[in-house]
Amino acid sequence: MKTSGSGFWQTATLLLVGVGLVLFALSGYMTPLFGSVLSPLVNIQEWLATRYIAVYEFVTVPRDVATLRARNQQLEQEVTNLQSQIIELQQQLREAQVLYALLDFARSNPQGGQYVAAAVVGKDPNPFLKYIFIDRGSDDGLRRGMPVITNQGLVGQVDAVTATAARVRLITDPSSVVNVRIEPHRSEAQLVGSVTGDLTVEMVSQDAPLQAGDLVLTSGLGGTFPSDLLIGQVISVRKQSNELFQSGAVQPVVDFSTLQAVLVITNFRPVDFSPLIPPTSP
Amino acid sequence: MLVSLLGIPIFTVLLMLQLAIVSRLPLLQGTADLLMLFVIGWALHERVKHAWQWALIGGIMVSLVSATPFFAPLAAYLITTGIGRLLQRQVWQTPILAMLLLTVLGTLIYHGITFVALFFNGTTLPVQESISLVTLPSTLLNLIFALPIFVIVNDLAHWVYPVEVIYSET
Repeated sequence: MKTSGSGFWQTATLLLVGVGLVLFALSGYMTPLFGSVLSPLVNIQEWLATRYIAVYEFVTVPRDVATLRARNQQLEQEVTNLQSQIIELQQQLREAQVLYALLDFARSNPQGGQYVAAAVVGKDPNPFLKYIFIDRGSDDGLRRGMPVITNQGLVGQVDAVTATAARVRLITDPSSVVNVRIEPHRSEAQLVGSVTGDLTVEMVSQDAPLQAGDLVLTSGLGGTFPSDLLIGQVISVRKQSNELFQSGAVQPVVDFSTLQAVLVITNFRPVDFSPLIPPTSP
Repeated sequence: MLVSLLGIPIFTVLLMLQLAIVSRLPLLQGTADLLMLFVIGWALHERVKHAWQWALIGGIMVSLVSATPFFAPLAAYLITTGIGRLLQRQVWQTPILAMLLLTVLGTLIYHGITFVALFFNGTTLPVQESISLVTLPSTLLNLIFALPIFVIVNDLAHWVYPVEVIYSET
């Protein structure tokens, strides 16, 4: 009897304590206690989870490295392909820009000339001479003596032609002589090239007010080139009172070292004076 | 005969390289001359038996393409080949030195002939500027290109003229 009565009270006490703890917990009085108890448990759990992940990675990493290496190689290959495509596109863009500039020039030229665009494919092997080779020839209507220009200005003259290519003598060649007019004072002069590629206006009258900044254009005299093609600008003047003529150095508007494409004026034929020259008597 | 004709495609390739690349790589106003270097290397090689024919092919090709008076490259290459064959008989033990020496001589000969030919064509070049801005830089560039060309010519000569091995049964 005593045993069953004490068991009842023990159970009742435990229930009361349990209910009390639940009520305390629900009312928030147990939070500090839970915090202090759970904190080390959470730390232990975190430590275990970290170690598990480390072990898991240690076991699975070799397979991932192989996969990543293959992927990396694939991506590097794609990068290489894209870089080569970029270089190719940049090259095409540069060519297109040059051709667009030439096209704009051909459209906007008031003289209404007929043009054939050509790419520069080579340079004369002899360093004394300033000649270039272009990829258009007699099949495209090119003939000897036709003027060659860019959208910036005069380049030279067709010197020799084959069916599919032509050789162009630049105005910087030592043997090149171009009749020019100097603006704004409209003085006539001759533009000559040199072995260094420098241009000089010579045979300028001492009376002409030649000065740096003057523009040099073709005069059309002699019938070798059409008139009013821009050549360059006078950058320095050499004038001595004991000489018959003055001269000046000319900065060309065309950069001859980076020529990529040119226009050949196909509806201009140089004047042939040879029938007018009297034959020499024996 | 076949070996002589082999010079045509080789010089065609060299000429394309010369026009498209080498002539566009100037030092001051001078440029290297691949074809002349090849002619020199070929003339100096002891196994080569068709040096004159190849010099003729190279000279004609350059003469056809270049604006230089026709005979100038041809004459320069033939004279250089002549000196090369002479050197090859005299100082064959030191072909690299002979190559360098003949490179300098060949450049001077070629430029000298060009200078004279242009003079008779009505184009007078200033001597001092021509030497300092064209000839000397060209000589330097040719000397730089001479060694790799020499190696290539050497390999080509061994391929074109293989050593004959004779087996005897005794």
